[in-house]
Amino acid sequence: MSKTRDITVTVNGAVCRRAVEPRLLLVDFLRGELGLTGTNVGCEQGVCGACTVMVEGDSVRSCLMFAVQADGCRVETVEGLAAPGEMNALQVAFHEHHALQCGFCTPGMLMTAIDMLKKYPLESDDAIREGLSGNLCRCTGYEHIVAAVRAVKAKAAPRT
Amino acid sequence: MTDGAEIHARPKIVGARIKRTEDPRLLSGTGAFADDRQTPRVLHVAFRRSEHSHARLKAIDCAAARKAAGVVAVFTAEDLAATVAPLLATSRMKGYHATPILPLARGKVRYVGEPVVGVVAQSRYLAEDAIEMIGIEFEPLPVVIDPLEAVKDDAPRLHEEAGGNVIVSREFRRGDVDAALAGAAVRVKGRFRMHRKTAVAIEPRACLAEYDAGRRALTLYSATQVPGIVRDALAAALDISGNDIRVVAADVGGGFGGKGSLYPEEIFVCAAARLLGRSVKWTSDRMEDLMSTSQAFDEVVDAELGLDAEGRTLVLSADVVGDVGAFSIYPWTAALEPVQVVSFLPGPYRIEHYRGRVRGVVTSKAPTGPYRGVGRPISTFVMERLIDMAAVKLGIDPKELRLRNLVDAKEFPYKVASGIVWDKSGFKECLDAACRAIGYDVLREKQKETRAAGRWFGIGIASYAELTGIGSRISVAPGMPINTGTETAIIRVDSTGAVTAAFGVASHGQGLETTLAQIVAEHLGARFEDIRIVQGDSAAVAGGTGTYASRSLVLAGGAATLAAQAVREKVFNAASHLLEAASTDLTAENGKVSVAGTDRSLTFREVARAVYSEMDRLPVEARAELAATKTYDPVFGTTSSACHVATVEIDSQTYEVRIEHFVVAEDCGRLVNPLIVDGQVHGGVAQGIGAALYEEVIYDDQGQIHTASLVDYLVPSACEIPPMKVVHLEMESPTTLGGFRGMGEGGTIGAPAAVANAIADALAPLGIEINELPVTPERLFRLIEAARTSGKQ
Repeated sequence: MSKTRDITVTVNGAVCRRAVEPRLLLVDFLRGELGLTGTNVGCEQGVCGACTVMVEGDSVRSCLMFAVQADGCRVETVEGLAAPGEMNALQVAFHEHHALQCGFCTPGMLMTAIDMLKKYPLESDDAIREGLSGNLCRCTGYEHIVAAVRAVKAKAAPRT
Repeated sequence: MTDGAEIHARPKIVGARIKRTEDPRLLSGTGAFADDRQTPRVLHVAFRRSEHSHARLKAIDCAAARKAAGVVAVFTAEDLAATVAPLLATSRMKGYHATPILPLARGKVRYVGEPVVGVVAQSRYLAEDAIEMIGIEFEPLPVVIDPLEAVKDDAPRLHEEAGGNVIVSREFRRGDVDAALAGAAVRVKGRFRMHRKTAVAIEPRACLAEYDAGRRALTLYSATQVPGIVRDALAAALDISGNDIRVVAADVGGGFGGKGSLYPEEIFVCAAARLLGRSVKWTSDRMEDLMSTSQAFDEVVDAELGLDAEGRTLVLSADVVGDVGAFSIYPWTAALEPVQVVSFLPGPYRIEHYRGRVRGVVTSKAPTGPYRGVGRPISTFVMERLIDMAAVKLGIDPKELRLRNLVDAKEFPYKVASGIVWDKSGFKECLDAACRAIGYDVLREKQKETRAAGRWFGIGIASYAELTGIGSRISVAPGMPINTGTETAIIRVDSTGAVTAAFGVASHGQGLETTLAQIVAEHLGARFEDIRIVQGDSAAVAGGTGTYASRSLVLAGGAATLAAQAVREKVFNAASHLLEAASTDLTAENGKVSVAGTDRSLTFREVARAVYSEMDRLPVEARAELAATKTYDPVFGTTSSACHVATVEIDSQTYEVRIEHFVVAEDCGRLVNPLIVDGQVHGGVAQGIGAALYEEVIYDDQGQIHTASLVDYLVPSACEIPPMKVVHLEMESPTTLGGFRGMGEGGTIGAPAAVANAIADALAPLGIEINELPVTPERLFRLIEAARTSGKQ
């Protein structure tokens, strides 16, 4: 066992102080230490995107980052997207368009989509697909996920 | 059925695009996947797995691992021998050999990734540290890799006691195949190869055995599609009473068949929990999942089709070798996948003479098992390729050739040469609808221009039919240790008027909590939002299996219909006293019982209170519990059919295949929720496209797996999957209650054949046949180079 290090991470607005091993992955910290099990582990290799969270406002793979690297950072997870019992606009769009089936990739999809909606014009479905291409979904064939993101984009920036 | 007519008179819940009940929890990260459960003092497992394909276990040294930090226990097969009895996937098929299923390898290992030693520690990190300290002395044995070598009598044997590597064989025969072939005006044949796939649910497998020290009882939380099967098997293997072991599959992150069998790890965590008196959990990482979750679709098919001069299909002959991997998986047996290939090979066509031979051969690779489509993606690929090859030879358009041979509406029920009976389904209607939706004739015109310009643009059609919602009279392997043909519903209205409906099915993305509630609401007259569906729990009903084989909506929907109607009768009986009206004058809708034509009504809550709590309101005989249990058996099941049409363009520089359009016209009977049906079709097609173009489990000649990460095993992303159009032909099944047909797998059955035909069509000017899937750029490059070289000579 290696020595622990004290870290302070602000997760969904709450300040969390813990002593962790340097080798502890951020995703295992969120799930195991904080009990935030909404963020899922799909591959531990950075391929599937299921573990995507926001760190300092950017989407990152929490399986490719150690918890100690998040020391002093702001982290947002799926649990922070809306108050309990409520949904934000993107979650509502996923619900309306049936953009999830088993729901395992969904938290990562939501975090990626939020990031890309914020940063990119997403003027075509191809651009949306490109933006989602780092997140694997095995259930939906992506069609309804693309539709949900498109719907949120259209509402946010209505065309004249 | 009278029932169907009643619903059509008031279509409002069944058939509506209702948003899913499951979504809010899954969208907010508050679902309950197996690994999410926070169990106090839980111990974690890591497995030391075999790095050899085939080897004898000479010695295992666990001394250092036992002393490692945080380690609580280390188990080998010998340590568990007294606790766990081996399980056998039995079958009455002739010449079949069942291989024993154990939690850890005993004596020898038979595939890379087979669990050999289990370490139980305070954390997964510590357990993984300790598995590095285990010393295993392997004595390598000859590997058994190529199925065509493994079938030979002198091949090295994987299971000595089986007497050979062929552990199952079967033959279907009708008519005089040799004479019919000799007399056929046109014959087309080929060797077809579908390479091994794996399901890749985004949630890797996981299981947690929670130990109740007071009762010495276990609850296994498992990412499984079949909690009922796992419960029954574990009760037998561990000799535990069925009420002391419960298997719960709460939220399951996809399965597609990969979570449809019993796994050694499930046996291990239960055995370890009993021996240690502690809760024990194992969560697979992706490498373990790719090495040890059941794989599929690994067949070599030699097939020949004979037609007359007018293009009528007369005769089909096929010889299939199915590579089943190292074990006969529990409970499905090694027969499941390869036998389905020959059962379904004649497809939706009229073919009088048929001979289909199959041999299932063991190899030192991960076991195969169910995967979405089971056998039919290959049988459809082969048959649809043969039809297109014949179309080219005859100079008949592929659509026209299919129209000439698809079983016609007047001919149902139609008995296929393999013995399957197709009930009435829209074979030709699907073909017509799909071609119309994609603009087939226009695309053929466009193809003339693209060909003139030297572009590789092609159109591919695939028609198929499948059996779904299979009842008790049909079994993939006669004598299997389970019953797949019935489903039970227990529905009760409790003392608050809320409705709970329990089933043996186990949704893992299909949205059964929504669709089954739609059916219950419709037939009981309850409010949709007052209904809670209990499923994915072996304790929900006395005997159940789970969700697989496109069965759940047909079987559980039938049981739900029967039980809901029985409960409604009891509600009416009580309400008739309370409302002073005859039962026959009552109606129930949206949680309210009303006297027809009056304003007199009671809510379900009021009726329930009168039955259970307010003892002065009803005579004793009208206070029957508002509950019913009904079992439904569709006996034979029903036919589902579809037609897929794809267009592709191939980049002549990179050999990338780009799918431009994809249309599915399908007949899944009456739709319960069109939103969910669309989603199932899209997802199935995406997996079929993966099978056609990208996905391949690769073992080298030493049995090492080269696709043990998602960088190497290519699952399609949003960029590889085209937009899709889905057309529903709602032709109600004549054989199932409610007219439903199963539709969970069809997308994966049709898509590989449609894409393969489109590629072959695109490359027709070069005379290239597509007989091997996936069609990777490298395979295409080799085919095209070979065609160009031979063309120059």
